[in-house]
Amino acid sequence: MSALIRSMPLLAALLALVLFPQFGSEYYVGLVSRILIVALFALSLDLLIGYTGLVSFGHAAFYGIGGYALAIAFQDASVIPLWQALPLSLAAAAFAALVIGWISIRTSGVYFIMLTLAMAQMFFYFFFESPRYGGDDGIFLFLKPVLMVGSEDILKLDQENNFYYFALSCLVASYLLLLMILRAPFGKVIKAIKANEHRVRALGYSTSGYKLVSFVIAGTLAGLAGFLEGVHSGYINPSYMSWHESGICIAIVVLGGMGTLYGPIVGAFIIILLQNFLPELTEHWQLLFGGIIIAVVLFLPRGATSLYPHLRELIRRPQRGEREPQEAADD
Amino acid sequence: MELSFYLVQLLNAVQYGFLLFLVASGLTLRFGIMGIINLAHGSFYMVGAYLAYWLTDLTGSFWLAILLGLPIALGVGYLVERFAISFLYQRDHLYQVLLTFALILVFNELQQILWGTDVHGVVIPEILAGSIPLTDNQSYPVYRLFISAACIAIACGMYWVIQKTRLGMMIRAGASNREMVQALGIDVNRLFAFVFSLGVALAAFAGMLAAPVDSVYPGMGENVLIISFVVVVIGGTGSIKGTFVGAMLIGLVSTFGKVLLPEMASIMVYALMAIILLWRPHGLFGRAV
Repeated sequence: MSALIRSMPLLAALLALVLFPQFGSEYYVGLVSRILIVALFALSLDLLIGYTGLVSFGHAAFYGIGGYALAIAFQDASVIPLWQALPLSLAAAAFAALVIGWISIRTSGVYFIMLTLAMAQMFFYFFFESPRYGGDDGIFLFLKPVLMVGSEDILKLDQENNFYYFALSCLVASYLLLLMILRAPFGKVIKAIKANEHRVRALGYSTSGYKLVSFVIAGTLAGLAGFLEGVHSGYINPSYMSWHESGICIAIVVLGGMGTLYGPIVGAFIIILLQNFLPELTEHWQLLFGGIIIAVVLFLPRGATSLYPHLRELIRRPQRGEREPQEAADD
Repeated sequence: MELSFYLVQLLNAVQYGFLLFLVASGLTLRFGIMGIINLAHGSFYMVGAYLAYWLTDLTGSFWLAILLGLPIALGVGYLVERFAISFLYQRDHLYQVLLTFALILVFNELQQILWGTDVHGVVIPEILAGSIPLTDNQSYPVYRLFISAACIAIACGMYWVIQKTRLGMMIRAGASNREMVQALGIDVNRLFAFVFSLGVALAAFAGMLAAPVDSVYPGMGENVLIISFVVVVIGGTGSIKGTFVGAMLIGLVSTFGKVLLPEMASIMVYALMAIILLWRPHGLFGRAV
């Protein structure tokens, strides 16, 4: 029962997201679609930063690879079958995560941060300098994937609402998948690795294997986000995997609250809405944006969602036997 | 292609390596001594280049610009250390990454407010404007030789300070065991503030030196930053010697890569890093951490 009560805010938020396209204009449905994609991207990074204790600064590489796999394979196709395109993107991102992870996980701390950054830059420059894949300009994708059974189209992603629900389902499915992973013994081990890797190793676990699996899961989910973004925006270019994207993604996870699954989603809403509306306020919005991130790091290191228990404390009714704070102060 | 062509490329590679060394040594000192990862380091390079442009315009002399610019850079470094970085010594690397990432956004925006988005150039000072003929049709600009010379001078100066002075002793001790240094009664806060500002000044100086050969443009620090990371990773954090070797390796690979395999040049640098780390996970001269 109490578990149900505790998940009430989450269910309410989900309900609001499900109902949103019925009320929102197309522009806002598109905006929230983008937020859902970014939320998925940040959620995948949270598995590394918040649960496994791996500060990956190259997560945008997998995001970009998910998009590029779609664009490269289907740029000249007359139809994009979803059941081919989606697994392809996921496989490409997973494979890249396996390679980058295998190299990076041998190191730790600052080395890991810089190594993941440098590996992502390698992919960035590969696409940036390859005329075959559009170089700097990237690749345009004129069609949207469709889900077909026989010759019947079941789901076409070219309508904003369809895409919205598809993105939302992907986010919810990933959320549930991560929830299951974290409750499984595997999840307990990676959390223990974050807390104290030496002890976990002393208990006989091969920690690098666990870290690598976690890295590949996170990379694959980031690839899913990249796939969605490629479908949504209709083009893919190297800036998808620039280190700015990786940095913003870290900011989203921390600002929302790392080590929780809802934190990155809240963070995505905050950051994308800020990025969307701050420029209307002032031309030099990056100054404000940077200032906000600095303030969060200094004063709210556990993120926006860490405020929630305080908020609940403020509005809850005092229980029997508990005195009003005023009375207690009078003593 | 003839020998003199390769000679010119070799000189370019060495000069680029020296510049990278200046920037990366600030990074590596901080990793080693303060345990701080600083993404905003590239911004200081950019600040240096813009200071060189702005002060040269103002005073009419490149030399005066350097003379005035260095104290400004030191001051900026000190303020950033006091008001942002110093809160992060006890915190996870994650927060350092995030805060310094935000600093990049702030510095980029400040640069646009102060100097706009145009690309600027700095004129090479007259004494160094000439070039030395190598063969009938190849010559080498004196200014690039000057960059290398200046960097060698700084490198020797750093070697002398770190190996021979009391301050250097504290820096070396700090790199090997921070807590012990503190326990011996050395004011670590002051040491950290000094090391940080010194790193900022080195990066800004590199930016100033590079301004006349490279143009001055927004975001110019970011490429340098990431390449400097690669240098530090290859060399091993905290090792000045490793940084020097790493900088020269990267200088050679990227310069000759651009000439011989232009399409692969940028990737080769990262591939080199990956290979070196597969062989030695803590860099060429790094210790296990």
